[in-house]
Amino acid sequence: MFALNRRRPGGPAPAAASGAPMRRDPAPSRWDYRYQRLMLTPLFRIGLRYGLPLVLIGGMAALWLANPANRALVTDRIDAAREMIHSRPEFTVSALEIIGAQPALHQAIEALVDVEFPVSSFQLDLDALRAAISEFTAVAAVAVRVRPGGTLEIAVTERVPVAVWRYIDGLRLIDNDGVMTGMILSRADRADLPLIAGDGAKEVILEALLLFRTAEPVFDRVRGLVRMGERRWDMVLDRDQRILLPSDDPVAALERVIALHEAQDLLSRDITIVDMRDSARPTIRLTEPAINIMRNVRETGIRATRD
Amino acid sequence: MRHLYQSQRAMRNMRRAAMQRGVVAILDVGTSKIACLVLRFDGPQRFVGADGVGSMAGQSSFRVIGAATTRSRGVRFGEVSAMQETECAIRTALNSAQKMAQVRVDHVIACFSGARPRSYGLAGEIALQGAVVEDQDIGRVLAACDLPDYGAEREVLHAHPVNFALDHRSGLSDPRGQRGQVLATDMHLLTVDVAAIENLLYCINRCHLELAGLASSAYVSGVASLVEDEQELGAACIDMGGGATGISIFLRKHMIYADSVRMGGDHVTSDISMGLQVPLSVAERIKTFHGGVVATGMDDREMIETGGDTGDWERDRRTVSRAELIGIMRPRVEEILEEVRARLDAAGFEHLPGQSIVLTGGGSQIPGLDGLASRILGHQVRMGRPLRVQGLPQAATGPAFSGAVGLALFAAHPQDEWWDFEIPAERHNGRSFRRAVKWFKDNW
Repeated sequence: MFALNRRRPGGPAPAAASGAPMRRDPAPSRWDYRYQRLMLTPLFRIGLRYGLPLVLIGGMAALWLANPANRALVTDRIDAAREMIHSRPEFTVSALEIIGAQPALHQAIEALVDVEFPVSSFQLDLDALRAAISEFTAVAAVAVRVRPGGTLEIAVTERVPVAVWRYIDGLRLIDNDGVMTGMILSRADRADLPLIAGDGAKEVILEALLLFRTAEPVFDRVRGLVRMGERRWDMVLDRDQRILLPSDDPVAALERVIALHEAQDLLSRDITIVDMRDSARPTIRLTEPAINIMRNVRETGIRATRD
Repeated sequence: MRHLYQSQRAMRNMRRAAMQRGVVAILDVGTSKIACLVLRFDGPQRFVGADGVGSMAGQSSFRVIGAATTRSRGVRFGEVSAMQETECAIRTALNSAQKMAQVRVDHVIACFSGARPRSYGLAGEIALQGAVVEDQDIGRVLAACDLPDYGAEREVLHAHPVNFALDHRSGLSDPRGQRGQVLATDMHLLTVDVAAIENLLYCINRCHLELAGLASSAYVSGVASLVEDEQELGAACIDMGGGATGISIFLRKHMIYADSVRMGGDHVTSDISMGLQVPLSVAERIKTFHGGVVATGMDDREMIETGGDTGDWERDRRTVSRAELIGIMRPRVEEILEEVRARLDAAGFEHLPGQSIVLTGGGSQIPGLDGLASRILGHQVRMGRPLRVQGLPQAATGPAFSGAVGLALFAAHPQDEWWDFEIPAERHNGRSFRRAVKWFKDNW
């Protein structure tokens, strides 16, 4: 119970005051109703749950990053962290080791690897280095890696020259694949390697090597092989002797010649050309004096038999 | 006429859209309370009928997920009388139902009890063009019904085809596919004041809702509270609401008559208020706690404190005996029931094969009403409660909610109405064009 004369401080007449608590209206206001309906809209709720925090965080980050000093701070921090990792001793490379290269190639590679040691392994571009080294003609394969000890290891497999190829511009060294590995000034520089010549000779270098191996018994007399018409081989011996080999199966033909030589000393005789191009009819050509002698012998021989 | 057909069709489409979205609200705008149910539809008929169990009139396909009721304001005799107040009340009910359902509702199906419903029986007859009755013939025979002049200020609320007759065979419920020459139909038309609909529509639109259906509360409470046999054999449902008492007569599962008496429980309350000199709220409380219509000797001794709120608390300690209260209530209830009797007589209810009368609605909860009603209306009177539906809260299972539950059933499984059938175009050209469009729709 309360006093009947109770008045609200500064309030209106008691009748209006007593009417005030009766005004309680259970109905939601229009805006409240709209708000409730909005909050029950699924898309809006999803947006509120995920979109709003996202926008808030993103907005705050954007505001903070709008200041250039803050941006610089962020980049500095990132750089410092990266630097700290890169400069750790585990990642330092302090030495260069080149394996399997001749002195000339060794020097060339050393000149190519233009790095000041010690350096962080993150700053070495091994792929580019490998590609650059592979550019050398003398290099067949190369493996570039950083060894755990902190050494940059460049393992080179050099191309091995197997023959000398006489070309328009001079003497070239070529390897098994027909790739040029270098040039020499005179034949005497690499007297140990066989000589080949002619257009298209290097494409069939393996066949040439096989022929040289077949000609082993007369090796000291062999001057070289000449590719004729990019089709077949001529084997050139000293004393201007030539063995004309067929385009298919030249090895067998050469073996026949060698066998003939071993049996009858063919190549020591006074002949210029052994023509094996037609396997059914091997032909030899004698030198001029030999023909004359042959002719004389035949005439005298005939006469003698008549006599 | 055309306009009505189109607007009702639009409402049907809206209802279909709401069903597709799965959520629809039910709004029973009554004089004493506004009830709102939120229904969730789980796709088309998940119910699998077992032996002898049908789909139970469609109520297995939905579930009530939100229910709220609020004291009605601004509604008198089942019609909107103060727009703002009604809008507030609708908003209250809808807001709390939405909160309970945790879902936003955009479509609402509403019913109301007032607006002076009036029934018309129409008959139409056509000669069939083909040998067999087709869908178009149904639309044509319904369009052939000659409409009565029901007044400019009135609108058709329901138009049920009740009966079809083919040649001389009557009582067909679905004549499609049957052979015959002459197709006739009986249609039940219910018209109401257009102003009441407009006002309600305005209130609902102000709440940002789309109206997906409109029904008469007398009809839907009959759907909810009459059992199948009663609907089949003929029964009347008396929905005793706050401001109006709805009457609907069902025969062969169709409503054939509906009317409303513009008296209800609120009049009983105001009688008590005036007779006992107490405020309306006290009168309402006394009515619900102590009310009755049959006095016994015991009631003379049972004293009720009225507690008049006159401010003179010390001396105003009036009491009334329960017999006095009954003496005030009974004449008014009798008046209502006699008015109902008169309406039923006017409708020719005594000629129906079944004579059962079902009392439902909030006013039917007065103790002893069944005895009084059977003396006035006839012997086969029973108290009706709405059908049980899934998820309905216990508080909303009473007879006062038969309108709301019936509206839910109406939403889930509406009976065929006139506007569910295509009106065939009159001219041949238009028809062939429509057929071309239909062919295009069917094949693409």
